[in-house]
Formats: sequence, C-alpha cells, structure tokens
Amino acid sequence: MFSIAKKLRAKGLLGLNERNSEYIMRLNPRHFYPRVDDKVLTKKLALEAGMAVPDLYGVIRSQREVRQFADIVAEQDSFVVKPAQGSGGDGIIVVTGRSKRKRDSFRLANGLLVSQDEIEHHISNTVGGQYSLSGNPDAALIEYCVKFDPVFEDVSYQGVPDVRIIVYRGYPTMAMVRLPTRASDGKANLHQGAVGAGVNMASGATLSGVHHNSIVEDHPDTGALIAGLIIPQWDFILQSAARCYEVTGLGYLGVDMVIDRNCGPLILEMNARPGLNIQIANSTGILHRLNRVDELFDAAATPDERAAFAKREFAPGTDRATN
Amino acid sequence: MKHRYVFVLAFLLTAVGMSLFTYKWRVLGFPLVDNQETPVWTVESAIRFDSGPGSIKVNLLIPTLTPGFRVLNENPVSRDYGFSLNYGSSGREAQWAVRRADGPQTIYYRISVYEDPSADQSDTTPPFPPPPVINEPFKTAAEVLVADVREQSADTASFTTELLHRMNDRSPDPNVELLLSEVSNHTEFVEAVTTMLAAARIPARMVHGFSLGGRQRSAEPLIWLEVHDGDQWRYFNPDTGAENLPERFFVWWRGNEPLISVEGGSNVEVDFSVQQNHVDAAAIAKTHASQDDMRILDFAMYSLPIQTQAVYSVLLMIPIGALIMVIMRNFVGIDAFGTFMPVLIALAFRETKLLWGVILFTLLVALGLSIRFLLDKLRLLLVPRLSSVLIVVVLLMLMISLMSHKLGLDTGLSVALFPMVIVAMTIERMSIVWEERGAVDALRAAFGSLIVAVLAYIGMGISWLEHLIITFPELLLVVLAIVILTGRYTGYRLLELTRFKALASQ
Repeated sequence: MFSIAKKLRAKGLLGLNERNSEYIMRLNPRHFYPRVDDKVLTKKLALEAGMAVPDLYGVIRSQREVRQFADIVAEQDSFVVKPAQGSGGDGIIVVTGRSKRKRDSFRLANGLLVSQDEIEHHISNTVGGQYSLSGNPDAALIEYCVKFDPVFEDVSYQGVPDVRIIVYRGYPTMAMVRLPTRASDGKANLHQGAVGAGVNMASGATLSGVHHNSIVEDHPDTGALIAGLIIPQWDFILQSAARCYEVTGLGYLGVDMVIDRNCGPLILEMNARPGLNIQIANSTGILHRLNRVDELFDAAATPDERAAFAKREFAPGTDRATN
Repeated sequence: MKHRYVFVLAFLLTAVGMSLFTYKWRVLGFPLVDNQETPVWTVESAIRFDSGPGSIKVNLLIPTLTPGFRVLNENPVSRDYGFSLNYGSSGREAQWAVRRADGPQTIYYRISVYEDPSADQSDTTPPFPPPPVINEPFKTAAEVLVADVREQSADTASFTTELLHRMNDRSPDPNVELLLSEVSNHTEFVEAVTTMLAAARIPARMVHGFSLGGRQRSAEPLIWLEVHDGDQWRYFNPDTGAENLPERFFVWWRGNEPLISVEGGSNVEVDFSVQQNHVDAAAIAKTHASQDDMRILDFAMYSLPIQTQAVYSVLLMIPIGALIMVIMRNFVGIDAFGTFMPVLIALAFRETKLLWGVILFTLLVALGLSIRFLLDKLRLLLVPRLSSVLIVVVLLMLMISLMSHKLGLDTGLSVALFPMVIVAMTIERMSIVWEERGAVDALRAAFGSLIVAVLAYIGMGISWLEHLIITFPELLLVVLAIVILTGRYTGYRLLELTRFKALASQ
C-alpha cells in the first residue's frame, strides 16, 4: 500500500486532499466562484474578453418564463438546455433535431424523441434548483448545439467531445480530450463513463485514453484507435485557455472547450474544481508541472507567452526531467 | 506559514485537554475505566412552579424507609430558600420556604442510593386500622364484598389477592361496580382497595416508587400496594393481584397524601429522573475535590441536572462520530450522502440497535425511493416534491411501526427515531444521483453512507470510550486537535491508491 503511495508520489500524482487544500483553497478565492459556477455569467465575461462561446438563444430564470421555451427555440432545430449552475454535466439535454411529423417533439442526441412538455418539465426542475450546486433556484440556458469537428467522429458515441485544459496560475498545464460513450449517454464527463484521452501539450496530438480509471487504447463503442488524433487549432486553444485566467481570476481552473465545425474552438464552460482523472488520461501526475510553473512564474507574461511556455515545457517525456 | 498556526493550535488544544485530563485522573482520582462495582442510582425530583406574590412554602414527601436500598447521600438544591426536614404522618417531608420570589421557580431534591438487600423493613407493626366510615349504599356493598372475599380466602395474602382479582375484573359484580363508580384514576382505585382492606381490618397502604434501571428521564412513580399480615409488610401489584415487587423498586413515599404541596405558588409540576452511575471512585474523587474546595468540579458534568446529563452523555459522543466521518472521508475516501448524515443515522442506531437500525433504514430508504420514482412521473416542482417525499417518509414510518407491532416485533416501533428530514433528503439525493449517474453510483454512495454510519455507531458505542469522554469531556479538545490536523492532510486517500493504480504500475 505504501509502495503504491510512494510510486504515485514519484509520478507527481495530485490527490483530492492536496488539490483541495493546497491549490483550490489557496488559489481560488471563493468570491470568484460565481464567475465559473454561473454559466450565464461565464458566457458574459468570456464575450466581454472577446472570446468565442456558443451562441446563447435564451435564458429561463423563473417558472413563469418556462412557457417561453417554444418561442426561444422556434427558429432552431438543434440546441442544448443546461442549468446555469449545474455541476458535472448533470441536467444537460442535447437536442439534435425535431421529429419530421411533429414540430413540438424533439430528438435527443441519443436518438430518443421527447415532447415539448417533457423538456419544459426538465427546465422547470432546473429552474427549481434540482441540478444546481447549492440547491438554490437556478436558471436554464438554451444555447447553440455544437456541431463538432469531424476529427473526433470515429471516437465519439453521440454527444459532443470536448477538450479539458487545466490552467494553473494562467499557464495551461495539462489537457485531455473527453469522448462520450454509450455509457455516458452522450455526456463528456469521465465519471459518467466518458473516455478521456491525454493530450501532448506540444503538438495537440492525443495519447491513449482512460475509461473508468483504467487505460484503454481504443474507444469502447466505436473501436477506433484513440491515440494520434491531432486537435485542430491547438495553439489557439491553448491561448484561449490561458486567457481564461484573466477572465476568472482563478488560479486553479479547468477550461472546457469544444471545436465547432463552423465556428472553431469555443469556450463551453469552466470549472473551479476540475477533476483528477486527467492525470490518468495523461499517464502522469500533474504536480511536477505545477511545480515547474511555480518555478518559472512570470506575473507579466501575456496569455500567448504562457501558451508558448506550456508547449515548450510540457511535452510528454519532459515530466520526469523537471524534477 | 499557515501550516505552523495549525500545528500550534493543535498542540495547544492537545496540551490543555491532556493536562486537564491528567489532573483529574492523577490528582482527583477520577476513574479511567468504568468500574463494575455497586451501581448507584441518583433519583432527582425537579419541582417547578410559578411563584405567587407572597411567601412560598413547598412541602415534598421524600423517601423515609427504603427496603432494599441504602442512601448514599441526599441534598436539596435551591437558591435562596430556607430548608428543613420534618416528620409527618407519611414519613419525612422536605420543606422549603422563602419570603418572596419572582417568576418561575425550580427546586431540586436529589437522593443517591445503592442496592443493599440487608436494608430490610425496620418498620413497626401497625395497629389494626379502624373500620372506615362509609356511607350507604356503599357501606352494604363493601360489607358484602368483604364477606364474599373472606369466604374464598385463607389468610391476609390470599384475601388481598382475591380482593384485587375481583376489583380488577373486567366484568365486575354489581357491588364492586358500585364501589368503583366514583373512581376516576389509578390512585383513587388503589385508595379504594386500601379502604376495602381497612374494612376487613387489614393494615394496608399505597406505596409510590420507581423501578430503578439505567437512565430514565421523566420517570413516572409506580403505585404499589403494601399489606401487613401481622408479621411483615407484603407487596401486591394492584393491577393483577400478584404478590411481587417491580425489579429494584425504590419506595419514595407511602400513603395517600399528595406528594407535594406548594403554598403561594401555582402551576406546580414534579418531574422525576433517574440516573445510574458507578460512583465508587468517582464519588471518592468528588468528596476529595469538595473537601479541598476545588473550582474545577463546578464545571464537571456531575454538577448538571440529571436530565441534562443524560442529553450530554449522547451529545458528547457526536464528536467521536464526526472524527470517524473525517477519517472515512479524507483518509479512506468513502463516498457518502451529505456531510453529517451518516453520523445522524448512527445516532438513531443507538436507539434501534445496529441490526434493526440497518434493516429499518434500508427498508425506509428503499420504499421511499420507489415511491419517489413514482412521484417523478407526476412532474412536480422541486419543493413540493421534496415535501411529498417527506410526508411519504412519515407515513412509511408509521406503517412500518404498525406492521411490526402487529407482527409482535417491537423493535420496528423504534423506526420513529430516525431523523425523517434526513431520510427524506437522502431519498431525494439518491434518486437524483440514480437518474443522473446511474444505479451503481447511487448504490455505492448509499452503501458508503451506511458503512460510515455503522462505523460511527460502533465508535460512539464503545463503552470505555463513552465513559472516558463523559468523565473527561476535556478529551474532546484532543479530538478537535486531531480533526484540525486532518484538515491539513494532503496525502492520498486510501481509495485513490486503487483509483490511480494504473499510473503506479507504469
């Protein structure tokens, strides 16, 4: 048991206790949390900073407004409904189209048809706070449904794959691609069964994947090889992620981005308590990289310089050398 | 930097806690372990009343002759009241008096006794009672009844038994019915029995006392019947006629005089509570401390009223449960619903006992969960739905209690002790996790909660630990220090080792 702990320590693995007390509590001031926990606010801040986000179709803030749902999506065939303060991907509905015969019946990402009624009930639950972190009344966002870039087509089962980047004091330090599976019901959250694939920070190429805490080489549903895919516009993604530090003020941040076929990389959401599985996906601990950032931290560095730093310092194989 | 403060704080807490503990243990001689010697019961009567405008005089009947028990000590606790002991017709009377008092008043009388079979009846043989003065038509009825019973009995004991049988008969004969026609409560019933016995020239009286056992809050005095057969006093159960005494029956007062009289006060209430201690070493320590007039004892648990002590003996164990919770969450990494839900469940287990606790809790959550899924179909808004779950939980509790009672399983009744709001929240959380993350996650967290609850229950139930904490509450400072230190633990959790095993094996 202790030998495992020792090996993990040598690998630079960050545990939950240490993440909470040494990084989140130290670097993420509580009063900045709403900037990432409230997706409406996140979107507003990101737009103000000139960053690309999925189009917002409408926000439903009260039970009375729930019936505006039909009007909000009148023009749209596909859209996403998500709680403004949800966590871990709970409460998100992805509508990819409408039934051919009945316009008020919607097709979900997993192929099921649901009625407008059912979606409205879901929205009213969301507004009631069922999915919010605190259980307080919440708002529901209805936004653009990302048409994901074909690069991940073979390694996704429905849903939208996204790129998660850990940004430490403004420096991107580790990244992974999260690929939905049948088990994850089209959601890109690892604890719901999505596959995570580590990313070579230098090139944006995927490494092998992790599924339920174990390492996998190919996608459990499609069977396609996970490693070796090149994430398009990788530099831009790293730079956007780095800029999120200025936007949120959070020193330990998870940035989730999606790559849209038409609009390119978009900021989907941010997370003040990003999970630890990214380390399994990258087959390495994150601590050495965090220490490296602390060593060379430059408060005056621009986001682009910090992105370049990440490309330079955090290529695979550099991890042990830094320690 | 902050690390150092944590360590300093933890060290200070430990130092204060341990030095108080050592002082009480070494110097005052408080016992480290619960001794198995003579248990001592402290019976406390709390008299509460609202004072009137004038002077106040309170008379309380207190134990005089206590067969089977010896008195260790007794003391009246009352500020500003003058106290005196008198002998009345019914035995000893404690009397408190004060010229004037304001607002609600509380007076305590406390007596500590221990069992001693040799402390037997030293009572004198009573004279034959004078024939009671009874008016017609009761007089004839009484005479007929006494004659009838005498016909069917051989001696005093069998007479009493037969009389009690008749008077307790569900379909009494007309004489008994007439005699009992004006009896409205149990005390009056026993009084009527003594009158009948007096009519037969048998000395008899009511005894009021308590069956001592463990800890009782708001103990109700039991009424028993004492009959003298010319040789000795014998005890009869007034409800069954059986000659026996309740286990460890401690006689408080005899006769049919009221327990208490308060002149100049209103809304009088008397509340008895019983506490079992193992006084041996602790009593010596207390005497020791009081001789030396040490302030420290003013802050000891023993100085609190017994009812409060009983509450605190449960409350003081909660930090132990919290400590176990911390260990399971931050060192082991077990998933559980809510932060302290398992500890509260463990508290409920204390009453239901472990096996039944687990069975009932599982049953309750499983039933609640299935009904919650039905409710889901109705598409209710969040708060009404939570409230519905709460109401369903209350009804389920009632149902489980009723069913288990019908089946003769009285343990099922204790389901009512579960904190229902906690159960309702658990059901709600679990159903959401179930829908969102699947049955596996929901069951894992539920199982985790149950495991932690069981461990907390076991931890809080360790009797030597309980004794230690109750005798030395300052040890909780040490527990606090440990919890604060764990708050700075940044190492891996046990379950993380398996979670990240793939990384270690590379």
